[in-house]
Amino acid sequence: MSGAEFVPLSLTPILIGVFAAIACALPGNFLVLRRQALIGDAISHVVLPGIVVAFLITGTVTAWPMMIGAAAAALLAVLLIEAIRRLGGIEPGAAMGVVFTTMFAGGVLLLERSDTSTVHLDVEHALMGNLESLIWLDAFGWGSLLDPEALAGLPPELLRMGLSMIGVVAFIWLFWRPLKISTFDEGFAQVMGMRTNLIGLSLVAVSALAAVAAFDAVGSIIVIAMFICPPAAARLMTDRLGAQVGWSVVFATLSAVLGYVLAGYGPLWLGAEDSVSAAGMIATMSGIVLGLAALFGPARGGAQG
Amino acid sequence: MLWQALTLQLGYNATLVAIGAILLGFAAGVTGTFLFLRRRALVSDAISHATLPGVGLAFIVMVALGGDGRNLAGLLAGSAVTAALGLLAVQWLTRRTRLAEDSAIGAVLSVFFGFGVVLLTVIQTMESGRQAGLDSLLLGSTAGMLRSDALLIAVGGALTLILTLILRRPMIMVAFDEDYAAALGLNIRQVDLATMGLVMAVTVVGLKVVGLILIVALLIIPPVTARFWTDRTERVWLLSGVIGGLSGFVGAAISASAPALPTGPIIVLTGFSVFAASLFLAPNRGVLAAVIRHVAFQRRVHVRQGLLALAHGQPIYERYTVRLLHRAGLSRPDGVATEAGRARAAKALLDEKRWEILRAMPDHEAAAALYDGMRPIETVVTRDQLAEIDTHLAAPQEVPA
Repeated sequence: MSGAEFVPLSLTPILIGVFAAIACALPGNFLVLRRQALIGDAISHVVLPGIVVAFLITGTVTAWPMMIGAAAAALLAVLLIEAIRRLGGIEPGAAMGVVFTTMFAGGVLLLERSDTSTVHLDVEHALMGNLESLIWLDAFGWGSLLDPEALAGLPPELLRMGLSMIGVVAFIWLFWRPLKISTFDEGFAQVMGMRTNLIGLSLVAVSALAAVAAFDAVGSIIVIAMFICPPAAARLMTDRLGAQVGWSVVFATLSAVLGYVLAGYGPLWLGAEDSVSAAGMIATMSGIVLGLAALFGPARGGAQG
Repeated sequence: MLWQALTLQLGYNATLVAIGAILLGFAAGVTGTFLFLRRRALVSDAISHATLPGVGLAFIVMVALGGDGRNLAGLLAGSAVTAALGLLAVQWLTRRTRLAEDSAIGAVLSVFFGFGVVLLTVIQTMESGRQAGLDSLLLGSTAGMLRSDALLIAVGGALTLILTLILRRPMIMVAFDEDYAAALGLNIRQVDLATMGLVMAVTVVGLKVVGLILIVALLIIPPVTARFWTDRTERVWLLSGVIGGLSGFVGAAISASAPALPTGPIIVLTGFSVFAASLFLAPNRGVLAAVIRHVAFQRRVHVRQGLLALAHGQPIYERYTVRLLHRAGLSRPDGVATEAGRARAAKALLDEKRWEILRAMPDHEAAAALYDGMRPIETVVTRDQLAEIDTHLAAPQEVPA
C-alpha cells in the first residue's frame, strides 16, 4: 500500500483509534481492579442526553458544547447514582442500572422529539462513531507529515484525542502511588493519610474525560470495550500492576490497529466491496484478545505462587 | 388520543402490543426481582447486548436461504442463541479466570455488541439489507408493526409470564436464603440457570417493544421500586410485576398516541417516574419518611433537653427549644416554665436520676443498654423494678426557707 493512499485515508483514523483506546484502557486498569468496570458502560450511555441537550441549546453540532454537555451529563449521572444509592439504600449495580437507562431513554426521546434532520446527530452515530470519516484530505503521502500547510488540515479530533490521552497519562503517572495503594488496600491508604474518596472520585472524573473525548471521535462501543477488555486481558497476563498497565496499552494498540485494518481491508480480501464498521471491529478484536488471554494467559487463574 | 390508547381503542394491533407490553413488563418485573435479590442485576445488560449479533446472523442466514430476512420470529430465535452464548461467556470468564463479574459483564456486552454492529454494516451492504430496519430492535419500535409480529409479542409475553409464575417458588427460596434452599434439596445452579433463561426470554420478547439497549431497565427499575414499599419477598415480586406491567402498558399507550414517541424510552421513563415517586414517598424507606422521622427525633431531643434545663433552673438559649416547649404548653414564650412544664421537668429529672441508678445496677445490664436519654424508663422496666430503683433515690429534703 502506498503512502499516497495510506496517509490521507488510514493514518489519522488509526492514530485517533489508538489514542482513544489507550486513553480509555489506562484508567480502565484501575476500574477493573476496583470492581467499577461498569462505570465506563454507564458513562457512555449517559453521554447521549448530554450531547442532545448541548445541541438543543446551541443548535449546532460543534465539538466543544457537545463535550461540555457530555461531561455535565456524566457528572450528573455519578451524582444521581450516589444519591440513589445512599437515599434508597440500593446496591450500586442496580442504582447504576436505574440511572443510566433512564438518562439514555431521556436522550433518545429528546432526540426523536427535536428536529435533527438537518444535522448529523442520531443514536447510531452516538453508538458507533464514524472513525472512518476522520480522514486527512490535505495529505498526499508521507511527505505531508513535514508540510505545515497539510498539517493544518489534520482532523481536529486527532489533536483533541491526543491531548486527552496525554492528560490521562499525566494523571496516572502523577498519582501512581496513591492510585495503586488505594486500589489494593483502601484501609492502609487511609491510615497513610490519603483521601481515598477524593482519589476514587478523580479516577472516575478522568475516566469520564477519556470517555467523553473518545466518544466524540469513535462512538461509545469502543469506549466500553477499551475500558474493560485490554485491562482485563492484561490482568490475566501478570500479577504486577506496572506490567499490567503496560500489557493493557499493548493490547489496546493492537486491537485498535488490527480492528481498523480488518474493518477497512478485511472485506476486500474476502472479495466483498464495502468495508465494515471500524468501531465494531475494534471492539471485536479486543474481545478476541481477551478470549486468548483467558485461555492462555499465564496469570489467568489467580496469583502465581 | 392518549385516552383512546389507554382504553385500548386504537385498533387491533395497538391493543395486541399493549397487552404484550403489560405481560412482558409483568414477567420482567417478577424475573428482575430475583436478579436484584441475587445482586446480579447487571448480568441482564450483558445478555441483552449479546442479542445483537444473533439478530444480524439470523438476518443473513434467512436471506441466504432465500427467505425474508425481516421475519421477526427468526430474528428473535437468532438473538436467543447469541444471548445464551453471551451468558455462557460471562459465566466462563467469572468461573475460569480471576476476573470479577463486572469486568466479565462489561467485556461481553461491548464485544458482542461491537460484533453485532459489524454484522449490521455487512447487512447494509447486502442487496436486501438496505431496508432491513434492524436498528428498530436497538430502541424498540411498535409503530407500523405487522399483525403477526404483534401477535408474537403478545403470545411471547404470555408464555414468559406463565413460565415465571411456575418457576417463582424455587427462585424465591434461592434468592432469599441460598443455604436453606440447598438444604431442602434444590439445585442452586439449575435455579440460577432457570432465572437467566427467563431473563433471556424477557430480553428476546422485549427486543421489538423496548429494544435491546433499554430492556435492562425493565428488569431493574420495577424490583428496585417495589423494594421501597415492602420488605417481604412474596410481596416484592408481585408488586414489582405490577409496576413492570403498568410501565409497559402506560408506555405502550403513550407511544401509540402520537408520532415520534419511541416505545422503549417511554416505557423506561414511565417506570422511572414510579421509581422517583417511590424514592420520595414510600413509607419507612422513602426520603420523605426519613426526613419526617429525623425531624420528630430532633424535636424529642430538644423537648427533653429543654425540660432538663427547666428542672435545673437553667435558662434555655436555643430558640427552637423554647418554641417547641411553648407550643406544647410547657413554657411561656420567654422560656419560663408553666405549671405543666414544671411537672414534666420534674418527671424528666426523676427519670434521668432513675436511669442513672439503673445503669449502675449490674443486674439490669440489658435494660440499661436501651438508654438513649429520651426513652421513658417505665417502658423498659416493670413496676416492681421501678419501685426497687426508687429505693435508691435520696430522700426528699426540706428546702431551706
